[in-house]
Amino acid sequence: MSFAKIPKPDQLIKISYAPPETAWMDTPVDFRPGTWSYSGAAKNLTYLDLPNPRAWQPADTDWKLPADWQAIILNGMKERLEKYRSFRLFLDVCVRCGACADKCHFYIGSGDPKNMPVLRAELLRSVYRRYFTTSGKVFGKIAGARDLTVDVLKEWFYYFYQCTECRRCSAFCPFGIDQAEITMMGRELLNLVGCNINWVIEPAANCFRTGNHLGIQPGGIKDMLEFMADDIEDRTGIRVNVPINKVDADILFVTPSGDYFADPGTFTCMGYLMLFHEIGLNYTFSTYASEGGNFGLFTSAEMVKRLNAKIYAEAKRLGVKWILGGECGHMWRVIHQYMDTMNGPADFLQEPVSPITGTRFENARATKMVHITEFTADLIRNGKLKLDPQRNDHIRFTYHDSCNPARAMGLFEEPRYIIQKTCDHFFEMAEDTIREKTLCCGAGAGLGNDENMEMRMRGGMPRAMAVKKVVEKHGVNRLGCICAIDRATLTSLMDYWVPGVTVMGVHELLANALVMTGEKERTTDLRGNDMNIDVDKSI
Amino acid sequence: MKNIGISLIAVLILAALPTALSAVGLTGLITNILPYVAIAFFLIGFVFRILLWAKSPVPFRISTTCGQGKSLPWIKSNPVESPAGYWGVIARMAQEVFLFRSLFRNTDVAIVDGRPVYGSAKWLWFCGLLFHWSFAIIVLRHLRFFVEPIAPWIGALSALDGFFEIGIPTLYLSDAAILVGLTFLFLRRVVVPQMRYISLFTDYFSLLLIAGVVTTGLLMRHFFPADLNAVKALAMGWVTFSPVVPQEISAVFHIHLCFIFVLLAWFPASKLMHAGGIFLSPTRNLANDSRMQRHINPWNAPVKVHTYEEYEDEFRGKMKASGLPVEKE
Repeated sequence: MSFAKIPKPDQLIKISYAPPETAWMDTPVDFRPGTWSYSGAAKNLTYLDLPNPRAWQPADTDWKLPADWQAIILNGMKERLEKYRSFRLFLDVCVRCGACADKCHFYIGSGDPKNMPVLRAELLRSVYRRYFTTSGKVFGKIAGARDLTVDVLKEWFYYFYQCTECRRCSAFCPFGIDQAEITMMGRELLNLVGCNINWVIEPAANCFRTGNHLGIQPGGIKDMLEFMADDIEDRTGIRVNVPINKVDADILFVTPSGDYFADPGTFTCMGYLMLFHEIGLNYTFSTYASEGGNFGLFTSAEMVKRLNAKIYAEAKRLGVKWILGGECGHMWRVIHQYMDTMNGPADFLQEPVSPITGTRFENARATKMVHITEFTADLIRNGKLKLDPQRNDHIRFTYHDSCNPARAMGLFEEPRYIIQKTCDHFFEMAEDTIREKTLCCGAGAGLGNDENMEMRMRGGMPRAMAVKKVVEKHGVNRLGCICAIDRATLTSLMDYWVPGVTVMGVHELLANALVMTGEKERTTDLRGNDMNIDVDKSI
Repeated sequence: MKNIGISLIAVLILAALPTALSAVGLTGLITNILPYVAIAFFLIGFVFRILLWAKSPVPFRISTTCGQGKSLPWIKSNPVESPAGYWGVIARMAQEVFLFRSLFRNTDVAIVDGRPVYGSAKWLWFCGLLFHWSFAIIVLRHLRFFVEPIAPWIGALSALDGFFEIGIPTLYLSDAAILVGLTFLFLRRVVVPQMRYISLFTDYFSLLLIAGVVTTGLLMRHFFPADLNAVKALAMGWVTFSPVVPQEISAVFHIHLCFIFVLLAWFPASKLMHAGGIFLSPTRNLANDSRMQRHINPWNAPVKVHTYEEYEDEFRGKMKASGLPVEKE
């Protein structure tokens, strides 16, 4: 990860919130390097049967759009207005009160007024007025309407790929207008004419073919998990099983592929393996459904469904009772709010019951998929785990609520309960930056690529600065989260804004503290760091 | 600034309209025809817009959760901000509609010493609430012109509203409050550069039009008294579908009427429909129970998927080589 091409933090923080001289409709978009993502590669579009595969880049003058692109977009808008109340309503009822404006991390970090959710929505709303409302057709610009031109399309692309669909604005809007819905529709429309980004489309194509975003083939998954089992044996003296594609397991475990691909996600994944071994869970990984995340969410509703279908299909094939899901953000948006509707009913599964505690997870009785922090919190509550929080004394921990579990699930207390039982040095960030007001990592929704680095650092700045505050106040050295994208992108964000803070999943924290039956004396944590340092005393 | 100017001109033209009409002897247009046209526009338009939204499908259960969801029994959930059922949704909606709950969260941000600092910014919430509530009270007070005898609760409301008995005739608190609210909302839009940047013609026009209604109303109450009996006779005429062209009614009253009817007619075509739309907002009026209850998408259709068989066909050799089980040898 290189920050060579972007301004230094002390330069980047000089943000002006003064709007430009020219009105927003007369201010063309500037594809400045570092603030946008490369286009979707033709091979990926072709693999997914998406329209208009071609070689192009957003900074090109000619985007090689189909000849009838305007008609395609407008028909697409009409179709979506008829299919989504959210879309029509959110285009109609905004009063431009501006309450959302300074809630967006991209606006806070860039000062670009088109990153105010209200104005980002107006980019689309203005076209809606022009072609779908009487006042817009008759009064044009005075009614806030404008023609759909290539420049408008480019503006859509730039700003709908500068929104992480984190829904923070929606918590503050008096009408609950959710910019994520607008962005999703905007991206669906852009996809109709072949305008998308490779960081979304390649993972989606990979996921369709290999079962996971990173394109890891079955043998690779097995090797990675076995490698983790080696590391676990090295740290604990215990050899854990790695069940894969096991027919008739009780539980299918699905987690984002980021968890078995790279640090620091792998440490979280080791945490799962250790936990499941310790409680003797009869579970299995799957190579076919080897992805909890769903980059379809950043493409179209249809793509969400295409990629998500594997989870229920695999649960049915393997004959499991129910499904357990790992730590991931947007994955849980899909599981919690879309999966059952799209690919259910899961009537071939049973209502989830913990085989260890007997607890019935009634909140998951229809979808039949339980969040790992719900599962683990229940284990701890019922005294099924032996925990030694002092093993985390070298960690001074703060917790980042990942956007989707926060604002699309209301999952706040389960991870906190686990943290409190496994770590004695837990410090919350400022109230305005956690729970339902949590700030995004700045790189979700497919924006976590290197070419977009400046925008990521800008968008993540509010989160980073909230971390910096607890670093200064409490000596925090570790940022925890329950999201795979967070684990990857917050790491870069910390390196840039708050060097010295590393990132971890909650189940890594748990695994450090987990006293396993028959373990050898633990001297290091999962990362191989000495765990006998009490930071409290060394400060 | 252009949008502010055009809005102002539009409102001034509306103010001049009644005088122009009476000059050519067409006062009856405003007192006898416009009311019915405006009400018809309002009712038909309002119902049409609501029905259009209401019949649009809600394919997914997308509530925005602002509190702990219902999960394990020992974890305290927030039944209002993350409602798990019907009553929770009603409570959440009531908070939004009557108290502007979400707007109450409002903060502002400034970069201080190289980092963003979030400050409390409740003024928007307070003045928004002030404006909407006083508007509602004023509308209810005006029912006195449309019913005979005047229902006791209307009298009581008016008495309460004029509780402090400031001036003669008594200044209604709602009148003062709506002026404060409107002034804040308008000045905020004009003075704050970011607000000015996002504001459209319609944003200024709505405020100025309502300000016109309020100002003319106050002028009649405190400076150019209208003949209340004549006003009541006119209003009762509308209600009983036997309108008469009234005599002895002032020009200010005609302007007042003109503003009101334009507001009513314009309402359904404008952003003011947020008044109805808020009830249908899927992020607020849906329970956060999507893993408990199956939600149906009416247009859910089959999609092209990659089946396990296709997957195994491609990777069978590699799976066997790694010792992973396969279905077909």
